[in-house]
Amino acid sequence: MPTQSEKKKWEKGDKEYGTSNVGAPFHLFTFSLFRVSHALIVLLFLAWLPAFAEPRFPPPDFTETNHQIPTTTTPSARAEWLQYLDVAVLGAGLVVALWCIYKQRSRRGLFWLGIFSLAYFGFWRKGCVCAIGAPQNVILGLFDANYTVPLSVIAFFALPLIVALFAGRAFCAGVCPHGALQDLLLIKPVKVPAWLEHALGVLPFIFLGFGLSFAATGTGFPICRYDPIVPIFRLSGPGLLISLAILTLVLSLFVGRPYCRFLCPYGALLKLASLASKWRVRVTPDVCTQCQLCENSCPFGAMREPSAGNVEPKQLTSERRRFGWLLVLVPLLIAGGAWIGSALAVPVSKMNPTIELAERYINQQKSPANYGPMTPEALSLQRAEHDSEALLKSATDLRHRFWLSCVIFGGWVGLVLGVKLASLSLRTKRTDFEPDRGACFGCARCFRSCPQELVRIGRMPAGDLPQSPVAAAAKT
Amino acid sequence: MSDKPKSESSTRRTFLRNGARVAAMTGLGALGGVLVNRSQAESWVWQIDPQKCLRCGNCATKCVLEQSAVKCVHAFAMCGYCNLCTGYFEPEPNALSTAAENQLCPTGAIKRTFVEDPYYEYKIDEKLCIGCAKCVEGCNRFGNGSLFLQIRHDRCVHCNECAIARTCPGDAFRRVPAKQPYLLKTTHAH
Ligand code: SF4
Ligand code: SF4
Ligand code: SF4
Ligand code: SF4
Ligand code: SF4
Repeated sequence: MPTQSEKKKWEKGDKEYGTSNVGAPFHLFTFSLFRVSHALIVLLFLAWLPAFAEPRFPPPDFTETNHQIPTTTTPSARAEWLQYLDVAVLGAGLVVALWCIYKQRSRRGLFWLGIFSLAYFGFWRKGCVCAIGAPQNVILGLFDANYTVPLSVIAFFALPLIVALFAGRAFCAGVCPHGALQDLLLIKPVKVPAWLEHALGVLPFIFLGFGLSFAATGTGFPICRYDPIVPIFRLSGPGLLISLAILTLVLSLFVGRPYCRFLCPYGALLKLASLASKWRVRVTPDVCTQCQLCENSCPFGAMREPSAGNVEPKQLTSERRRFGWLLVLVPLLIAGGAWIGSALAVPVSKMNPTIELAERYINQQKSPANYGPMTPEALSLQRAEHDSEALLKSATDLRHRFWLSCVIFGGWVGLVLGVKLASLSLRTKRTDFEPDRGACFGCARCFRSCPQELVRIGRMPAGDLPQSPVAAAAKT
Repeated sequence: MSDKPKSESSTRRTFLRNGARVAAMTGLGALGGVLVNRSQAESWVWQIDPQKCLRCGNCATKCVLEQSAVKCVHAFAMCGYCNLCTGYFEPEPNALSTAAENQLCPTGAIKRTFVEDPYYEYKIDEKLCIGCAKCVEGCNRFGNGSLFLQIRHDRCVHCNECAIARTCPGDAFRRVPAKQPYLLKTTHAH
């Protein structure tokens, strides 16, 4: 039994500690211990074995002073009801946003809503609970029966999408803290060339696929991990991400909502949902006179012009044929993507900590690498040795799942590219200037560029309405 | 626009759009149904299983917060109140005194106070502790293992995916119900 006397031995051993001058400080414990006495260690170890959970040095009972042993403090996590508050604030925010966009048609209202959301979801809640990351929780919940998705996360995932299915991206307009921050910073928007806008516009879909396939295999939540805005809310984070965050902020000064347009994976979902929306954001609820004044009013490249007159039938047939060919290309792109995905599955799977460890363990058997003692690498290897069979089994399982999700992800990238290409050759018949359903964030900036709107709200006498160039051209 | 007659293509578009919306709502409903069935109202937070922690030091550096949310805590009832505390002192202390050069803790976060002969009490000053696990290693390897690491929930921002968990060599992190957010030590598995 390890008793008081052993403890005394320890304290005596302390003298020898002093004389054993060992160089490597990190190795001290083990090393000087062996110096103290090999035999003692073995003895102590043997003595401990049967008494597994018994303390080496029995806790005293303080007969002299009657000292009260303190208890370990356990500051509580955030109270349960607060997550319902989050959901309530989200719901209320969406309603206010809808009201500002459709009823009040007020940019100022959305501005203040944005400030509030930035303060609440951003700086107070520190960017975590957030709709942008929620798709990962949802898919992990589908694939892993042991992982339960909290109800609040389901609400954050679903509510903005449901709203988008009916009335567009009201969430982006003023509820999302990421969007609000970038929106507030925008001082001098530059126009992103159309080709670049189209090319970068596929990134959110690809990032979404990436995030979902990683979450589904339980590898991690890359959408959260590489979020370039959250470090600002927390005012801390890994160095690389901080630089990325600063870059995003600086970019936001000149490029309208760069993260929203070119990376946000939840924005990709919202875009798809808004394409099917029942109601849409309109520059003016009245008749568009096609005065072109709103043409450049959208800093996010969401404004679309009316389609140019009637197309020649000949050109139309050739365009139809091109569209047909591009449609045929889609399955090929999917197949190609899936093929590349399957080829990349093995190297990419090493990003999973379990697979990485298994890999390192096997390599270690072949050619031992030397990691410093007590380093994470050495310690994890010890764990691997301890239960190598279970580790290798779960790594093999994971690798299968990884292969599947890489194939699906590759196919998804192919699909996204194919659909994008095909959609570029699609013609939309538009008679008015109107915001694109998918791309419009509903920020309400364009409203007041429209003279009809200014007349409607009484900011301009009706007589001052400019004549539309189109109508003027029609007259001559 | 409602006063203008709708063209054929625009009614077709509306039809497609309505179809897509109904399909999406059905899909969302089904997804929600499956998840709500499995989900729980309670929220989850991250915590360290102290029996699995290997004291690697990642906890001090990998947290997304400037000051790690992981701190050393003390299960006082398990502590031997040793004079030569192997969690407090350097392996080769010059003297069993509170002089900084004798202390294992890089920030001097452990406060040693005399209780009665020969017992000393060790308390962690959480403002100073960086969660480096040096003391935890000392205490677990040679002492009673009453010092251990825990995520402190008054500091943790409850990341969706804990940044330390990803790198923990002991696989010690797991989600626990927010109602019982600590995994406190009561026994020491040597
Ligand atoms: S696109 Fe994404 S980041 Fe931007 S406002 Fe919408 S949800 Fe937020
Ligand atoms: S409301 Fe107008 S300005 Fe704002 S994003 Fe939509 S189209 Fe652009
Ligand atoms: S990362 Fe894991 S093993 Fe390392 S100190 Fe933290 S809990 Fe312990
Ligand atoms: S040694 Fe490290 S873990 Fe222990 S109290 Fe000091 S800072 Fe905290
Ligand atoms: S959940 Fe986030 S804040 Fe909490 S310990 Fe982990 S990394 Fe730190």
